[in-house]
Amino acid sequence: MGKTILTVDDSRTMRDMLRLALSGAGHTVIQADDGVHGVEVLEKAGVVDVIITDINMPRMDGYGFIEHVRRGSANKMTPILVLTTESEPAKKMRARDAGATGWIVKPFDPEKLLAAIRRVSP
Amino acid sequence: MDPMEAIKQTYFQECDELLLAMEEGLIAMETGEADSETINAVFRAVHSIKGGGGAFGFEILVGFSHVFETAMDLVRSGKLDPTPDVVKVLLRAGDKLSDHVAAARNGTGAAVDDAEVKAELAKLTGEEPEDAGAPAPAEFEGLAFAPVMIDIGDEEPVAPPCPVWHVRFGPHAALYAKANEPYLLIRELGMLGPIEVTADLSKLPELSALEPEQAYFSWDVVVRDCPDRTKVEEVFEFVSGDCDLEITEETPEPAAAPAMISAPGLPSLDDDEPAAMPAAEAQPEEKKVATPTETKATTVDVIKQTIRVDLDKVDRLVNLVGELVITQAMLSQRILDSVQQGQTVSAGLGELEHLLRELQEAVMAIRTQPVKSVFQRMPRLVRETAAQTGKEVRLEIEGEATEVDKTVIERLGEPLTHMIRNAVDHGLETPEERVAAGKPAEGTVKLSAEHRGGRIVIEVADDGRGINRTKVRQKAIERGLITPNSNLSDEEIDNLIFLPGFSTATTVSNISGRGVGLDVVRRNIMDLGGRITIGSNTGKGSKFSLTLPLTLAVLDGMIVAVGEQTFVLPLSHIIESLLPKSSDVKAFGSNGMLLNVRGVYVPLVSVGRLLRVPGASYDLQNSVVILVESEGVGRMALAVDAIVGQRQVVIKSFESNIGHIDGIAAATILGDGRVALILDIDGLVAGCREGTGGRPTEYQQALGA
Repeated sequence: MGKTILTVDDSRTMRDMLRLALSGAGHTVIQADDGVHGVEVLEKAGVVDVIITDINMPRMDGYGFIEHVRRGSANKMTPILVLTTESEPAKKMRARDAGATGWIVKPFDPEKLLAAIRRVSP
Repeated sequence: MDPMEAIKQTYFQECDELLLAMEEGLIAMETGEADSETINAVFRAVHSIKGGGGAFGFEILVGFSHVFETAMDLVRSGKLDPTPDVVKVLLRAGDKLSDHVAAARNGTGAAVDDAEVKAELAKLTGEEPEDAGAPAPAEFEGLAFAPVMIDIGDEEPVAPPCPVWHVRFGPHAALYAKANEPYLLIRELGMLGPIEVTADLSKLPELSALEPEQAYFSWDVVVRDCPDRTKVEEVFEFVSGDCDLEITEETPEPAAAPAMISAPGLPSLDDDEPAAMPAAEAQPEEKKVATPTETKATTVDVIKQTIRVDLDKVDRLVNLVGELVITQAMLSQRILDSVQQGQTVSAGLGELEHLLRELQEAVMAIRTQPVKSVFQRMPRLVRETAAQTGKEVRLEIEGEATEVDKTVIERLGEPLTHMIRNAVDHGLETPEERVAAGKPAEGTVKLSAEHRGGRIVIEVADDGRGINRTKVRQKAIERGLITPNSNLSDEEIDNLIFLPGFSTATTVSNISGRGVGLDVVRRNIMDLGGRITIGSNTGKGSKFSLTLPLTLAVLDGMIVAVGEQTFVLPLSHIIESLLPKSSDVKAFGSNGMLLNVRGVYVPLVSVGRLLRVPGASYDLQNSVVILVESEGVGRMALAVDAIVGQRQVVIKSFESNIGHIDGIAAATILGDGRVALILDIDGLVAGCREGTGGRPTEYQQALGA
């Protein structure tokens, strides 16, 4: 069944790739360009099924965004997946400490992405 | 189009923007103006280029950007001081990255020679260049899970009996706080093979003692028919550290005793275990790094919202509005013709005209862009040219926010490149020469843009030696471009360098040379309706001035009647219109005429005679004279039969259908539906001067057109 998924990434390329992979699997995709934008979009969108966020972003990075969401927004219990690379294990840990549910290693193939989503969302 | 191909294009577009942002940031670092957000932005730019590059399999690009990224990471975390020397390496790395992106885009796979820069970067980061691509420092290896895709299908087990996995899984409260869900994990195990699940509820307290956010349940899961331990481990990848987890293997062979094996991929079964230490150590450091970003984030200006519009759509809109303007003009013409009492109608029309004009301006504005995108490429050019010529150059940029139509922007790059190269290569002296001349060793090239009178003016000024007029003149005579007794002003001599085949450098250097002469640059600019001139001050420097129309789509024109024809004169070239007295008109030469305009003689030309328009009046007494100016060349008086009015006209180029016609710039459609030709003032002035002076034709053509 299609889920509503918010992706937060400052890279247009990455946003496009996420949209392609997710909407191709029947999900509804909403997108934001950075943490601040993500918070704004979530305020309008209400509770979403899954959030996927990048770490390095202007204005508010992924850690700040996750902390903000976990600190008591409507999406406090929403699974959050972070986009990270294989070379950044420390980032994974830090994202987890901020409250991330899991991670997706870039560059991802759509299958891996969907598997990660399945693992965190019914 | 294949969606991935479209995303690839987006990626390269984004790369262009990121490379610009990176360069801007690095230059700010060079001048010491960079704050932590700027440095972060540079890091992010490199990071994003790498990230996207990975998605498309540009491995060389990714390899290089990884080294670059590592260095930038050290700078932003304060571990590497951005001294001028460091920034110099980073700037060169930026140039190389840009080359890598270009190579990836062209798909040629042409090797970018980055070894030297890579080595310098490695020196900064203290990493061995060979190791640069290695994914992770060793101490983190315990935390990095093995890359996921191990396809067991390819590798049929040599039929050893499939082990049975006993998974004991006890979530901590933290697991739930991070929105992980045991049910989903167990479901995931169920996808590996048949499972048996037993829930352990023994820890569940009395309802009164129950803490809602605490974790009380644990599960025992038996997984069968899954040969691969990593598959089982992978299910718990996200929750390691947030749960108690034991995975034991039971080989169904009766002889084998069940062995308990701790999961190597899951080091932190217990938070106190030493295996979890690297993570704990890494955290405070990471926090320190990011704190400045977070505090900074609130003060950063809100990013301007932008839209990306397919240029074709905008073009259609522009065209449509153009047609609308024509329709409006036609309506207005018809009403004025047929209705005398149409007071209110014409007031309404006036309003319509006003609105349409605003609409048109708004639509045109969509197409305008700051010249920044072109200017941003110049610092690199200056650095490279300076390095090749052994000169010290500082580039000053002004007015990069000046906006101009996208089509103009796109065609600005080549002439600018040429002008800048010329300024560094020919304009500036070597440091030794400069010092000897009492100037600072470092030369300055100033690039500026501004709007002036409905046009954009771009100047490239250097403080070098200026043009050696004696040499230029001599060269021009040698090449037969002027005669030895030609009487030329300083300005005219300077502009000789735009003549085809002219080069003052005794040896054509590969910097400014490049097979394209200034004459080609000038022709390209004139094709855009612009012009380029050079001014020079011996010993103090020279200055290229480039003026271009802001748009290539509409122009404000004066409609004039000549015989049976109607013509449009670009308003930007008109100085005044007047009714000449016969005493002011003097004959000159065989059939030339001069007009005395307040004591200054200006060539006078009858448009009707010049273009052989049927029915044109040849009687100057009944003509209106319009004084026009061609920038840099001079003034001229054009005699026409009558002035019809002033109007904005939509330019309809006919060069693609008919080709270039001397003296005619383009055409337009008037309110009455007739086609009117737009006169090319620059061309007319040049053609006219040809008739009055005694200089070789080539020179005339080169100055005018």
